Amino acid sequence: MLRPRRLDSILDAVGNTPLLRLRTLERETPGVSLYAKVEFANPGGSVKDRAARQIFLDAIARGELTRDKILIDSTSGNTGVAYSMVGAALGYRVALVMPSNVSQARKDITRAYGTELIFSNPLEGSDGAIRHVREVVADDPDRFYYPDQYSNLSNPRAHYLGTGVEILRDVGDRITHFVAGLGTTGTFVGTTRRLREHHRRVRCVAVEPAEQLHGLEGLKHLASSLVPPIYDPSLVDETRFVSTDDGWDMTDRLTAEDGLFLGHSAGANVFAALSIGRELAARGETGCIVTVLCDRGDRYFAPMRWEKRYLW
Amino acid sequence: MSIVVRIPTQLRTLTQNQEEVTASGDTVRALVDDLGGRFPGLRERIVDDKGIRRFINVFLNDEDVRFLDKLDTAVKAGDVVSLIPAVAGG
Repeated sequence: MLRPRRLDSILDAVGNTPLLRLRTLERETPGVSLYAKVEFANPGGSVKDRAARQIFLDAIARGELTRDKILIDSTSGNTGVAYSMVGAALGYRVALVMPSNVSQARKDITRAYGTELIFSNPLEGSDGAIRHVREVVADDPDRFYYPDQYSNLSNPRAHYLGTGVEILRDVGDRITHFVAGLGTTGTFVGTTRRLREHHRRVRCVAVEPAEQLHGLEGLKHLASSLVPPIYDPSLVDETRFVSTDDGWDMTDRLTAEDGLFLGHSAGANVFAALSIGRELAARGETGCIVTVLCDRGDRYFAPMRWEKRYLW
Repeated sequence: MSIVVRIPTQLRTLTQNQEEVTASGDTVRALVDDLGGRFPGLRERIVDDKGIRRFINVFLNDEDVRFLDKLDTAVKAGDVVSLIPAVAGG
């Protein structure tokens, strides 16, 4: 690992993640190399640590987040864990609105940091959580700082300053494709903006669930969702639509064949990257594809029989 | 018997934007079949040839029917069935 051994703060461990070569999959893509950013190596366990740290630091620097305020946002989970970790490390209070059907692990982890949880209607999904947090903030605006990860420019900025720079440092001029799923769209937008400044054209491919009702937790089917204001469709060279079954099967395969126990959004990203790699190889072209492993699979363990009652 | 079924936002295009619909049947399977007959496309979103699709959670009141009798779970008057999707985005 490229990380320094001594750190002053857990926040210094955010970013600068390893770039992992997926050699098992490369057997299907002769001439095309496949790499993945190991974002689960962030201290909060997901890619969302980058955005959360940047959002906190920028808001504090601008004087918008002060000690008397509670940072509140809506989240499907990983951003909540990241906010909770950063808030605890910096000494700020955090409250989260999440649909009540997010995994029990996510609820337990965020609460462990001292975060207050507010649950929204599970039938309304993450868009329902967005509408709910707006109501909570409107009722008591002086009490909260509401960064809104979906519209906050610090979110893509974290990837512009971090992820994109790291990828170019680690693969350099070889990169031909960048592949990333869309949730808040921060990872895709920020990284792609940095890659666009590179002297050679990099094809940037967005990944979305193929179906409106899907099981790729963390990814958004934009056509049927509130589209995040930070999303910039002009950066998208191509969108790949991945079915839940393909994403889940790839997730299982990476665990069994590569020892990578990942969340389903990472499986969808790798599925799309491998598909592109196969197509390049079939045409006899070479390439270097970089994608993102957003988080680990243990965030998604289904409830055990004895904890099957969900909190509504 | 008429049972209330709560529909997630992603499927409301198939139910004329209704958040709740009523369905008839003694089991979850019968409810799903009944809904499929009245709302074309809805059944396929919930079940495939292996049963309830992997990423759809069907709740009878506050119990996941996976922990009950799956599609054969019995329903009775006053029960509420909810279709809960995975969580998207951020």
